[in-house]
Amino acid sequence: MALLAQYLVGGIAAGSLYALVALGIVLLYRTSRVLNFAHGDLATFGTFLAFAALTSAGWPFGTAAAAGLAATAVLGAAFFFLIIRPAKESTLLGKIVITLGLALVLQGGIAVLWGTDTKIFPFPLSDTRVYGVAGVVVSQLSLGSVAIGLALMAGLYGLVQHTRLGLAMRAVSQDATAAQVLGIPVKRIFALTWGLASGLGAAAGILLAPVTLLDPFMMLDPFLKGFAAAVLGGIDSMPGAAAGGLLLGVLESLFAGYVSVRFKTTLAFVIIIAVLIVRPEGLLGQEYKRRV
Amino acid sequence: MELRQRYEEDLYHVRGALGWTALLGSLAALALLPVLTPGYFLYTASLIAAHAVIAIGLNLLVGYTGQISLGHAGFVGIGAYTAGILAARLGVPWPAALVGAGMVAAGFGFLVGIPALRLTGPYLTIATLGFGIAVNQVLTNWEWLSAGRAGLFLPKLTLAGTRLPDRAIYYLYVIVTLLLIWGAANLVRSHVGRAFVAIRDSDIAAEVMGVNLTVYKTLAFAVSAFYAGIGGAMLAYLLGFLEPQMFTLFESIYYFSMIVVGGLSTIPGAVLGAALLTILPQQLAGLKQYLPLVYGATIVFVMAVDPLGLYGRWLKIKLWFKTWPF
Repeated sequence: MALLAQYLVGGIAAGSLYALVALGIVLLYRTSRVLNFAHGDLATFGTFLAFAALTSAGWPFGTAAAAGLAATAVLGAAFFFLIIRPAKESTLLGKIVITLGLALVLQGGIAVLWGTDTKIFPFPLSDTRVYGVAGVVVSQLSLGSVAIGLALMAGLYGLVQHTRLGLAMRAVSQDATAAQVLGIPVKRIFALTWGLASGLGAAAGILLAPVTLLDPFMMLDPFLKGFAAAVLGGIDSMPGAAAGGLLLGVLESLFAGYVSVRFKTTLAFVIIIAVLIVRPEGLLGQEYKRRV
Repeated sequence: MELRQRYEEDLYHVRGALGWTALLGSLAALALLPVLTPGYFLYTASLIAAHAVIAIGLNLLVGYTGQISLGHAGFVGIGAYTAGILAARLGVPWPAALVGAGMVAAGFGFLVGIPALRLTGPYLTIATLGFGIAVNQVLTNWEWLSAGRAGLFLPKLTLAGTRLPDRAIYYLYVIVTLLLIWGAANLVRSHVGRAFVAIRDSDIAAEVMGVNLTVYKTLAFAVSAFYAGIGGAMLAYLLGFLEPQMFTLFESIYYFSMIVVGGLSTIPGAVLGAALLTILPQQLAGLKQYLPLVYGATIVFVMAVDPLGLYGRWLKIKLWFKTWPF
């Protein structure tokens, strides 16, 4: 029983980070119909910026993390406006290919700027300091990342569901042209969404960095898991993305604990394919319809 | 501009004196290449042949049928490992191993094609991405099958008991590639190719016009995977060694960039892209850390500025001269 609880706790800790990544992907897809394959690499870039501010410039942790998030947000918005929007090939395939290209550019840029060796990210919370409750052991770090992850999710939910800004975001995601006609500054909403999503990704990156260590490919696996979580929950549903992330984390942890550690990553993709076949719109997504 | 008056004229692969000159000229160049270039280039040329086969197959699926596959390295890996296991463990001769690799990959292509019937756009992209990663994971972890990270060694290509020299391997690869190019060109101009294009342009409209989506979508996946399988087997024999990390997401993106840079939905474009993206990393060997940066920037540039790729640019130049001075 204690073992099961331990797996559950580990799964939720991993799952809350998957959920953060998934939320970013869903936010972008809902608003601009772009499946952003550069999402993970943007996050890595932000994490490296925070790392540079922390170690080379010697800024305190809070300032460095905030600077990393802000820079990533600006970069994300710039991507959309400078490259994706003006691109000639604006089909779905074209946009996907462009974000794939951006992912390679970022990955290559990070490797050139900081090298491909792994680095240790100094983090104020400790991985080795643990708390035990009823036989279940939780590290300070995973407790902190769950708390920050849930707080960010709650904040995002509040923003989207309970503010005028969130209302405008939802309107733009439903129909950008109609929103424009009603006087919503669509361009600014796009910029904000891209910034917000990229910032969320960077936050996940900074929370992951002390566990996975820092290297140019650190976000590849979490990004793919985030993707899986987004599909699991429904790629246009934000509660779905959060639920999908947590569910995937828990399933993965249970699978690793009771079945096989080696095929842990394969599970995520088996789940994706199974979900896509049985219920392509995901657990909480809207049914996929198309006008002919 | 030339005027086409009969349907048969529209079907010709090669048109006019210029077309024949270009075709015979490139065939002569391919035949003379071993005489004219230093020995190590033969290896590169054989590698280009293998990559061209993969790129043509991917282009049939992505360019012609409009089904995005980000898991093509999975099919290539299945082909390579099928050839490797058939040749190294079961002692099957290479022609049978090559065909076997294509057939097994085509079988998997058919299986991936079935969920693709229900999936479009982003969903299909994710499903194929998942397939590619799953194949990589299985190859890495199922050591009984693939020998895992220790690697699988292939026997050398032989003919009647004697080992083929590099030059013979080059000619063999060129002949296989030319046969597959010919097959793809014929497929594209037939009713099957037109059904593929119709599905790409609008699958619902295609279905209304009587194109059986179940048949043609799974067929597109199977044919594309067949090419990937043969290309994978060619890679396997050329390198003589297989390792799961040779077939990762990065390779899928690499094959994808070939067709994007060369030109989507053209066969010469796929060959051109394969040649360019095979030679480029070898020339930039000293600048290896800049390679992803260069690939990425090239892809973004092509898609943002010139979505038809290199071959599309060439067609535009040709058109400009044909219609000059208008």
